[in-house]
Amino acid sequence: MSALSAIAPAVDLRDESRGACAHCGVSVPAAAGRFCCHGCEAAYGIVQGLGLSDFYARREIAPTARALRPDDEPEADLSEHVRVLAGGRYALTLLVDGLTCAACVWLIESVLARESALLKARVNLTTRRLTLEWIGAPADAMSFVRRVRALGFRLVPFGATVTETDPAERELLRAMAVAGFAAGNVMLLSVSVWAGHVEGMGVATRDLMHWVSALIALPAIAYAGRPFFRSALAALSAGRTNMDVPISIGVTLVAGMSLFETMSSGLHAYFDSGITLLFFLLVGRYLDRRARARARSSVEQMVALAGASVAVLDDRGVARRCAASRVRPGDRVLVAAGERIGVDGEVYDGRSDVDTSLVTGESVPEAVSTGAVVYAGTLNLTAPLKLRVRAVGPGTMLAEIVRLLEIAERGRGRFVALADRVARLYAPVVHIVAAATFAGWMLLSDIGWQASLLISAAVLIITCPCALALAVPVVQVVASGRLTRRGILLKSATALERLALADTVVLDKTGTLTLGRLELDRRCTPDDGALRVAASLARASRHPLAQAFARAAGPGAVCADVREHPGEGLSAGVVRLGHRRFCGVDAAEGDATGPELWLSRPGHTPVRFVFRDHLRDDAAACVAALRRMGLQVLLLSGDRAPVVSAVAGAAGIDQWVAGCTPAEKAERLAALRAAGRKVLMVGDGLNDAPALAAASVSLSPSSAADIAKNAADAVFQGELLAPVVETIVVARRARTLVAQNLALAIGYNCVAVPLAILGHVTPLIAAIAMSSSSLLVIANALRLALGTKR
Amino acid sequence: MSELLLLIPLALLMGLAWLGAFLWSMRSGQFDDLDGAGSRILFDDGPRPAQGKSKKKE
Repeated sequence: MSALSAIAPAVDLRDESRGACAHCGVSVPAAAGRFCCHGCEAAYGIVQGLGLSDFYARREIAPTARALRPDDEPEADLSEHVRVLAGGRYALTLLVDGLTCAACVWLIESVLARESALLKARVNLTTRRLTLEWIGAPADAMSFVRRVRALGFRLVPFGATVTETDPAERELLRAMAVAGFAAGNVMLLSVSVWAGHVEGMGVATRDLMHWVSALIALPAIAYAGRPFFRSALAALSAGRTNMDVPISIGVTLVAGMSLFETMSSGLHAYFDSGITLLFFLLVGRYLDRRARARARSSVEQMVALAGASVAVLDDRGVARRCAASRVRPGDRVLVAAGERIGVDGEVYDGRSDVDTSLVTGESVPEAVSTGAVVYAGTLNLTAPLKLRVRAVGPGTMLAEIVRLLEIAERGRGRFVALADRVARLYAPVVHIVAAATFAGWMLLSDIGWQASLLISAAVLIITCPCALALAVPVVQVVASGRLTRRGILLKSATALERLALADTVVLDKTGTLTLGRLELDRRCTPDDGALRVAASLARASRHPLAQAFARAAGPGAVCADVREHPGEGLSAGVVRLGHRRFCGVDAAEGDATGPELWLSRPGHTPVRFVFRDHLRDDAAACVAALRRMGLQVLLLSGDRAPVVSAVAGAAGIDQWVAGCTPAEKAERLAALRAAGRKVLMVGDGLNDAPALAAASVSLSPSSAADIAKNAADAVFQGELLAPVVETIVVARRARTLVAQNLALAIGYNCVAVPLAILGHVTPLIAAIAMSSSSLLVIANALRLALGTKR
Repeated sequence: MSELLLLIPLALLMGLAWLGAFLWSMRSGQFDDLDGAGSRILFDDGPRPAQGKSKKKE
């Protein structure tokens, strides 16, 4: 992992990947060779050695996924997660981080297939889980895990309590299959009965058809209707009513009345209506459930990945990895260069630079040395640090942020989805109409109670919310499908509805409005000669400022004998690149608004280079687009005022606040909410997490801190801000479509219900009305996906 | 109408066969990983314990 040892002779070996590591694809200083680190070189060797080099041609590198770089992660003890199966077999389920495409699945499975002890090694791309089954000892797991880790994938044990797929989802799918089968067959028989009404089918044949229909439909209804019956019973026993109550009553009543009609050799039986209704409802229910399960599993993955470990030094100075939660204050901890710091502590040995951007929003790394205090969640950049732990767990800054997050989330309250609000109104209305129909026919006519009951059952069937139950889930599935294709992952089922209502957008600066990556400011660059010299030193370092040099100067030679002085700069002989003091520059010279580096060479006056955190390319355009959509745009940042003001100016934002602590951000959002505003928060840092939770809806880029992604309702990928606009556009269109669909469903009821009340609805009319309204609603929802496919 | 006595049970049996096949495939986990299954077939050499069989294919 040492940056200095990676300086290979400046030979161009990059035949396939210009300037990118041949294994993980991370950009490397052009002359540093094919690999960014030894881990990658080893992983590349393993893949080549097994004859699996096709992997590199087949994979698709997702620009935003974690790079496939084998790291010096701790060897956590996995034995407590191993499950014991019958016959001396053991099983282990792990979450795979770094999995991007089917080629990764193929690589992992191919590598593990060479382990003869393994009975089964299967990667699930949807849930990103690896399931291992083997014969031998529980401890064998470590050797399998090591092989996959060596390739650069991170493996996180997943609690055995989490089942592979949701059992409720499976039950719905099974019920849907049974209902679909029954609906198709009963409909076949019904069509012949309807044709028989015209053609003059004999009574005996019609009865036979009805009996066969009953034989198929009744068991199917009993089986496929269970999810609805259960939910209706639960609601009734709690003294409430929900959408499932009219559905259950309607279906049961229809089945019962149709059976009665069949036994008394009647003209009409409604078996087809009952079972088709169930089928359509189950489709809607299943889609809804799946969307929720997907949202939940992405949250679970983020939580599992957040658990980090720490290298604790014992009395002899030997490092031992253990979970961050087991560290005690006073312990000594080693943090390697490039590792995220897991505890709050005081440096007692070492000098380094620490990237605090996730915690404070500050884009320039902070130089630390003995006596400095560093916080959990920050990233150690240049050299190893030894820390004495000050606080762990609940005492850390990280924990403080988590606490704020929980408070904010509690304050968000339960958002009631539109469909639920409609359902609350709908159920009582349906019951009253059906009861009134029965009473009306009993009092005002002399057709008898059976016929009256049949008519009121028809009313229940006709009003039953087929289209209504599909109206919302179908739009949601289509909308989230469109967003997923654009790299936007919805985590919350109601996020779309809340997004559509947003009227204010609050943006964070570093990492959200900007890329969170420093670039050399070419306008202030003195001359090309100085840049070339500086770049030749900078290529040897992984410090963000040095890497910015390498990007700006392009490929080139690396200076020999570069030494890195943590917190100060780089030197090669007498040439120095780094902090102004390090280069012997007077502290008063030049203004120091942004990050800067100085280059001193013998015989030249020291030269200054200025860096800027670049705006995302389309930041200004997106802010303008958001304005045009009627949204107010605000910038809240933890950075210093001059920097924030410059960024706000460049992006065209006139309202901005600088120097916000995490708590202040959350407070400001609470104030906006109290003023009746619906706020969309876009942020990426740890310091944004409470604000993300406090907002009525929130987005975060996939480069964000785990905790921020966890708090956000949706995560977007890529280097542009356009997904924010796209998400709002889709959310608003989805809302329009949902409203249209609800209007269609209600409009259909307005026509069909009077017919049903008057007793004109035969099974044929019911089937036509129900199917056509459902298909109409689905077709309307699909309009959201049209026009986006190329 | 006697042909109905043959045709209806026949149609039902075919439907039931489909239902059985679907339920079986669901139980055996074929619907667990829809994303992965789609692209799995693209890799011709399925992972097999093929010791020492190093392919030269580059």
